[in-house]
Amino acid sequence: MDAVVDTKAVAGWQHELYDLLRKHGITQFAYVPDAGHAILIDRSLADPEVHSIALTTEEEGVALIAGADLGGARAVLLMQSSGVGNCINMLSLIKGARFPFLTLVSMRGDFGEGNPWQFPMGQATQPVLAAMGVICLRIERPEDVIPTTSAALTMAFKGGQSVAVLLSQQLIGAKPF
Amino acid sequence: MPSPRTSALAAAAAPGFVLERSEAVPALIGRHEDFLFISGLGGVARDVGAVTGDGAHVYSLGGAMGAACMMGLGLALARPDKRVLVVTGDGELLMNIGALATIAVTNPPNLAILCVDNGHYGETGWQKSHTSLGVDLEKMAIGAGIRRTRTVATEADIADGARLLREGNATSFVNLRVKPTEPAEFKRNFDLALCRDRFRAALQR
Repeated sequence: MDAVVDTKAVAGWQHELYDLLRKHGITQFAYVPDAGHAILIDRSLADPEVHSIALTTEEEGVALIAGADLGGARAVLLMQSSGVGNCINMLSLIKGARFPFLTLVSMRGDFGEGNPWQFPMGQATQPVLAAMGVICLRIERPEDVIPTTSAALTMAFKGGQSVAVLLSQQLIGAKPF
Repeated sequence: MPSPRTSALAAAAAPGFVLERSEAVPALIGRHEDFLFISGLGGVARDVGAVTGDGAHVYSLGGAMGAACMMGLGLALARPDKRVLVVTGDGELLMNIGALATIAVTNPPNLAILCVDNGHYGETGWQKSHTSLGVDLEKMAIGAGIRRTRTVATEADIADGARLLREGNATSFVNLRVKPTEPAEFKRNFDLALCRDRFRAALQR
């Protein structure tokens, strides 16, 4: 994935993160394949108790979360920051109907990025989410992953808010190319 | 002499778009209490409202175009004990046509999709949609991998289409071709938060 970050440490918090999401009753994991979420995706595929749903575009996941909530289930959307741009109008549904909404966003176009194509959406991710009423919680250190995601789960599923947890490139490592 | 049930055309129909939506949609749905509904925006929301009385078992879009099929998937996975019927239009389906691929891969047996295809964007002034210009939504559903599909284009097709929406061990897709006429006169509730609350409360009872 990258040359900067210790991949064993990354794997450690990713497994804890999956267990935390399951402990909070998430049963639908929706995603567009992404290296930053690889362990969460693989764990959901291997878990017979959950639905692991590969999307063709991230906005499908926004609608899926709303449908899951209508049926009394909890879903999470795993995406890269570029996918946030694909979700914007669909977030009208979340904001207007006050659906609880949780997304984990692996950042690109951020700290240490080397691919110029990633910067426009990466740098716009937080303001664009904020404009659609999504609260952003940013994580830069591995020790903050579980406490911050726990806070996000409470805000979404008890507080009824829409929340994005931004996994920064300090945390997941930058692609230097 | 035209039949008294024939409605005025709002736009020129493409060949093969001959059924009356006011008759075909209720006939395909049948007993509406047997389903949880997700309805797309525009004309289909009014059609579904007229059939169901816009009850608590219905969630109809008024925006977020392209959401209907994937909301249906989330709901069907959440409630495998209930039958979920997505009623959408050709324009709404085309906006997120990739959802058919996502749904086919997941393939919940309790999910059915009914597309009311009039070949036009009725809400915005009856411009032709792609389906008036040769795009075949049933073929797209087949290509996406949905195993149980039909096109309902004549009265003779309706009974088989209705059965497909109600039965089976895989997700089903029915493309209903209708004339471009005005949808049902029905004012459904546009308060999307209230509709969420009433839907969830009714399911928890």
